[in-house]
Amino acid sequence: MREIEACRITQEIKRLILEASYRIGPDVDSAIRAAAETDPSPTARAVLRQLAENYEIARTESVAICQDTGMAIVFLDIGQDVHVTGGSLSQAVDEGVRSAYRDGYLRKSVVRDPLYDRTNTQDNTPGVTHVQIVPGDRIGVTVTLKGFGSENMSQIKMLVPADGESGVVDFAVRVAEQAGPNPCPPIILGVGIGGTFETAALMAKRMTARPIDQWNPDPRYAALEKKISDRINALGIGPAGTGGRTTCLKVSIETCPTHIAGMPVAVNVCCHAARHAHGVI
Amino acid sequence: MENVSVSLPLDPRQVLALRAGDSVLLTGPLYTGRDAAHRRMVEALNEGRELPFDPKNQLIYYVGPAPASPGHAVGPAGPTTSYRMDAYAPRLMEAGIRGMMGKGKRSGEVVAAMKRFGCVYFGAVGGAAALISRRILKSEVVAWPDLGTEAVHRFWVENLPAVVLIDSLGNNLYESEPPKYRL
Repeated sequence: MREIEACRITQEIKRLILEASYRIGPDVDSAIRAAAETDPSPTARAVLRQLAENYEIARTESVAICQDTGMAIVFLDIGQDVHVTGGSLSQAVDEGVRSAYRDGYLRKSVVRDPLYDRTNTQDNTPGVTHVQIVPGDRIGVTVTLKGFGSENMSQIKMLVPADGESGVVDFAVRVAEQAGPNPCPPIILGVGIGGTFETAALMAKRMTARPIDQWNPDPRYAALEKKISDRINALGIGPAGTGGRTTCLKVSIETCPTHIAGMPVAVNVCCHAARHAHGVI
Repeated sequence: MENVSVSLPLDPRQVLALRAGDSVLLTGPLYTGRDAAHRRMVEALNEGRELPFDPKNQLIYYVGPAPASPGHAVGPAGPTTSYRMDAYAPRLMEAGIRGMMGKGKRSGEVVAAMKRFGCVYFGAVGGAAALISRRILKSEVVAWPDLGTEAVHRFWVENLPAVVLIDSLGNNLYESEPPKYRL
């Protein structure tokens, strides 16, 4: 059994939140820069150049890429041979969130109650934590910061087996089309297919944090990722929604076994500022 | 494309002359407001109270800025999605607001009110928040500090780049441009 102090988890979460807030991944950065040269719309190219310049300012000055620094979503893959000592895990996560948002000049965007008491918690806590127990004696930490301009455009649908591939494609494309300019295109779509109502949504969220130069290992699903992406880019929505061919940078799909009667599909929309970072303790 | 210089508060005649697709550079004072502040502003108007600032010919920017780091007037401050303010925007235009700035689609009711009151809807690029904040020279809270980032701020901006998304005739860039690139 390996002992890991709770404060190490706090430190790692703080480090990852700051990294994600200030530094766009090289995958998205290079995709935006490439599209800024090739999109047929001059307006689109101008918007994409602004986005690239904004990433550069955020990186060099250590300021947030976007003012909506989101809710902090923390995926913890905890080795089964790890014993966390010196405090509670959820408090360790929240302390990491609290200190990162305070010291990093990040916006506090969380309210205490969704309906009746929308009072800001003032420190962006609680973090949203998803724990998996995995083999080994390490803790994998993935942090993703999710703004709500794009989160609000996400949808889930309980498709049935007869809907087939075309049902999945049509639903995902419709989500992007209905979202239009609202989620800050070019977007990334995380798609979860299968499982149950909640596992589909969780897979979709995980997929928004997958690097956009990675493809589903199953060639059928990799082809489906490309098919959905091509259909969305044919809509003409474009960067910022003001026309162009760069609407979707990537569709990333994760699947899992499901019920004989079902085919849940969750589509989690993420803006171009796909802010995530990964570390191992 | 030539940029049109727009001084704030807005000149109603200039607003009527702006057309969807015009690139503008905004200079002068504007007010910020998003979900919670809009709710309070419309509650105030409905109860016969005054707004915390004179709305006549003012521009409202839908933004909740991040905190300013040392040496900066304001933190990153890009636009938030505008449709959440649709329920409140017509009432504010009736009270004198002449322009709005945000990102994303607007409802038919908002566009109808824009045509009726002669208003403009500007778009700033979503996610270009650090870039935009460089054009904000000064920021002060004018109402409801308890709302934190959602408080009403007065920003002084200089050459802040934006585009006319919907003009006072109802011409809409989100409707006219994407079909040109549809395959």
